[in-house]
Amino acid sequence: MKLHFEVDGNDFLLAGDASGKVKNVLKKLGIESSIIRKIAIAMYEAEMNMVIHANGGRVDVDILPEQIQVVLQDTGPGIPDIDLAMKEGYSTASHEIRELGFGAGMGLPNMKKYSDNLHITSEVGKGTKVEIIILLK
Amino acid sequence: MTVGELVKKYNLSILSESDGLNQEITGGYVGDLLSFVMAHAKEKMVWITIQGHINTIAVASLVGIGAIILAEGSEPTADMLEKAQENGIPVLTSPLSSFEIAYRFGMDQTLGGIG
Repeated sequence: MKLHFEVDGNDFLLAGDASGKVKNVLKKLGIESSIIRKIAIAMYEAEMNMVIHANGGRVDVDILPEQIQVVLQDTGPGIPDIDLAMKEGYSTASHEIRELGFGAGMGLPNMKKYSDNLHITSEVGKGTKVEIIILLK
Repeated sequence: MTVGELVKKYNLSILSESDGLNQEITGGYVGDLLSFVMAHAKEKMVWITIQGHINTIAVASLVGIGAIILAEGSEPTADMLEKAQENGIPVLTSPLSSFEIAYRFGMDQTLGGIG
């Protein structure tokens, strides 16, 4: 099963909607709740990053019998140093965003922790592609 | 203990009511940084925070939080309450600090341990 979402970067109010919808679909499919939790956390962090840093983007979810793959692609500013961005506590979020409880510098570490396979490619000035894989077996 | 019982016992005010008031609560989490809440809070917990905005509901809903208590009388935004209603997540408020609320729950052994 394939799902596609366009994430609006200007609508902070709708942020997290795609992750919520995926969670509901997985629930209906009877996927184990511990696996849904992993996907929900990893995807929400990635979705929020797209809204906060990259003015939105596209999300493609592919649900297969053996794994779930989530690909998030944006045309934002890119990540100059992915290793640095992966460090817990490192954040480039604005003061306003931090006041809302984001920007703890846990987004990428959480994505890594909760996915079975995380692949990030990024080009400064062009955008970022995040690929999250969660195994079902 | 259900959300409704918690409301009565601790004199909490209900800002957004829903069927969620009958939900059983097990344990709780205190936190204002959403990534930490996402990673550590668990289903059916009560979440004590000062973050009264719509993204709080997105996180609560993804985690499966049973109820949110806004500490120190934090004012929620209107869209937060609307989304809470939509998602069936009760939003409660207390003038006490997050620590004081959690301390009382702990002293009374209200939530069956830390969950």
